[in-house]
Parts: sequence; C-alpha cells; structure tokens
Amino acid sequence: MGKKKELRVSAIQNGTVIDHIPAERLFKVISILNLDKCENLITFGTNLGSNRFGKKAIVKVADKFFEEKDLDKIALVAPEARFNIIRDYDVVEKREVSIPEEIVGIAKCFNPKCITNNEHITTRFSLLVSGDIALKCHYCEKITTKDHLEIL
Amino acid sequence: MKNRSLVSINDFTKEEILQIVDRAAMFEAKPNQDLLKDKVIASLFFEPSTRTRLSFETAIRRLGGRIIGFSDASSSSTTKGETLKDTIKMVSNYADMIVMRHPLEGSARYASEQSSVPIINAGDGANQHPTQTLLDLYSIKKTQGTLENLNVFMVGDLKYGRTVHSLLQAMSHFNPVFNFISPDELKMPDEYKLWLDSKGIPFYEHSEFTDIISRADILYMTRVQQERFADPLEYEKVKNVYVLRNSMLKNTKDNLRILHPLPRVNEISTDVDENPKAYYFQQAENGVYARMAIIASILGLA
Ligand SMILES: [Zn+2]
Repeated sequence: MGKKKELRVSAIQNGTVIDHIPAERLFKVISILNLDKCENLITFGTNLGSNRFGKKAIVKVADKFFEEKDLDKIALVAPEARFNIIRDYDVVEKREVSIPEEIVGIAKCFNPKCITNNEHITTRFSLLVSGDIALKCHYCEKITTKDHLEIL
Repeated sequence: MKNRSLVSINDFTKEEILQIVDRAAMFEAKPNQDLLKDKVIASLFFEPSTRTRLSFETAIRRLGGRIIGFSDASSSSTTKGETLKDTIKMVSNYADMIVMRHPLEGSARYASEQSSVPIINAGDGANQHPTQTLLDLYSIKKTQGTLENLNVFMVGDLKYGRTVHSLLQAMSHFNPVFNFISPDELKMPDEYKLWLDSKGIPFYEHSEFTDIISRADILYMTRVQQERFADPLEYEKVKNVYVLRNSMLKNTKDNLRILHPLPRVNEISTDVDENPKAYYFQQAENGVYARMAIIASILGLA
C-alpha cells in the first residue's frame, strides 16, 4: 500500500494514525485513549479540511497499536474514524470502527438512579437501531442518547 | 419459566403471560395449597412498600411457605454498607427464591445475575414492577373474559407511571386500541409511541377527560403527583382535571371496569366506589392470586 500524502508530514515509522476524527471530537478521542498520559511520541493536527464531515482532526501515535476495545469506544464518539496501522512507514492495515451491538464496560448510563452508577458493576448496553447513537441500558432499561453519552 | 427470574414484563412471552393468568384463576378457586411446604422464600424490601409486601407474603403463606427477610433497608445490613451483590449472594444460599424491592433502577436485573435462585422483581425504582402488570392482566381477563381486542384508556401521569408503561407493553400482545388522557407535561413518552407504531397498534392522545371514555372497556387511572411538576402552578391547574367522578360513567359501556394500582389520592372520587364498574379494590385482591401463580410457576410447582 502506498503512503498517503498527509501521512508524509511528520510520518511515523511504526504506530497508528487515527484519521477522520471530527475536529470537535479530537480532545474526547485523546482522553478516551488516555493519550494525555501516554509517553509515546504523539503528533496531532486539527481543523484540517475534509470534504465529508466538515473539519477533521488526525492523531499519530508512534509505536502504539490499539485494542479492539479502544476502537469500540472511539466508534461511540467518532463513528467515521479510521485507524491506520503503520509499519516501516507503510500503512499495512486500515481499520474502520463500528459500534458493537452489545456495548460492555465502555459507556456510562446517564440515569443517576441506575444500579450501575451506585455499585461497581460493568455497564452493558444494546445499540438501538435508529438515526443517532442511542444505547439502552441492560439494567435500568433507560436510553442514553448521544448528548448524554459519557465514555468510561 | 421454571427457575427463571421475573425482572421485567418483557421477560415473559404471550403464552407465559396467559399461563400465569390462567393459573391465577385456579388459585383464586382454591387459594390454600401446600405447594411451598418445604420452601423458604426471602422477602427483601430495601425500601418499604407495605401493600406489595403484604400481598407477596399472603401469597407465600397461602401456599404454605416460610419467609425470611426484612421490610426496609434500615433493618438490613445495607445500612452497614453491604453491597447488593453481597446481600444477594448470601441470601441465595439460604432461600429457594428471592422477592426483592429496591429503590435503584436495574437492581433486580443485577440481582438476578448474582443470585443462584430465581428473583422476583417487586419493583426496582421507576423501572419495572412486573407482578403489578400480571395482576392487572388477570383483572382485565377476569372482568372482560378475554385480553384480546380491548379498548384501553389510560389516564393521568403517563410519563412517569411505570405501571402504565408495563401494562402497555404486555397488552400489546393482544391487539388492543389505546387512548391516552393526560396533561401535556405528563404525556406518554415518545419511545413508547414509536414502539406502538412499529407494532401497528393504534393509539389516540387526548388532553381532556371527557365523554370519549364511553368507548372504553378498561379505564386505567393513575395518580398525578405534585413532585412531577417543575412549576407548582401547573400542578394546581391540572390536579382537578383528571379526576374521575361517578357522573362521568353514565354513558359508559356495561363491561367497563375501572382499574387503579392504588393508593389513590383524589383522582377517583369516592362516589365512584359504589359503582359496579369500580374494580380497584378487587384488583388489589387479585394481586395475591397472580403472585401465587407467579411463584408456583417459577418454582415449577403448579
Ligand atoms: Zn442504566
């Protein structure tokens, strides 16, 4: 696979380039992936032009490869994001994110009276098939919408 | 349904609901049976609810069972900081089944995952109260002879009232027509209306409590509670609008029955009580038979 033009700018030898992050979600993505506490070399750009979703952001993390669970979390805040796996300056894999049908342990229920917000319990949601992201709590059965979504 | 917990009314299929309703009738015909002779049932009320607790405990005792437990959290170890998980793990080693009431939503589902014995949800906060729904269904079946093709009117607080939400979901198995009468602030939430749409079940919304009830088979009344209103003036405006008075029943159908989960405040005027269409006190009594049927079915005894 050939190098993309944008990747050549401060290209990384090995690691992950997260692309197509909506600009306003950049800091959310950084905090979900704990990049603020990560020691690796990280570069990011934001307010880059993008024809599909308005302004976008991009994050490059050297020598780091993310787990499926991280991708699931990012899917909830940036469903268009793409994880490009870089090895020896080449994109060896492009991974799209997708929200799993069962969302386990990554989102917080918005309902303060939910048992999951009162005892140490792994949260569980099912994804509702409708326009916007809406998660139905397995426990209290209330629906957490995109606006109230908090990633653990 | 043997050995399965009853957490949400959606846990039971149409066939299972009908089975419970039929068994409730059998228990009503013969209420004292020794089916629970060798059983210990835990009754864990993390918040007080005398009405529900007495109904369950009557059902258990009529079946010959023994009861352990507590009637409010202050007499349990939760006040010492014990988690729900630990309480359930412990009690499920002692009892054959747990009846549980808890103020937090989702607590019953969680308990059912931690327990080695079946859990019956006797109310988890504003979420579910499936035994209330089953006794409502039994009351409807008993008074109408069927659950099918009924015109069900729900009146009052349709936004927060968990009993109407659960009843709506359960009745949807039986080809109903719904009419919702409520103040604007307390309308049936969109999620339930969308759900009815997806099932092709017709419903109509009204803000006035008028002679449209002449078409009703079931009139399900609920309390309009002051604490649901941000503005006390709004409450003052509506509190006397959604009150059923005996004079309003003049042109209603002969088979109409009035249900209410009780306790009532002022939403059913006392002059209705003597009307043969008033059914809320019998409805409460039906709760004992419905709960006997639920307990016996889950323990695989009936
Ligand atoms: Zn919840």
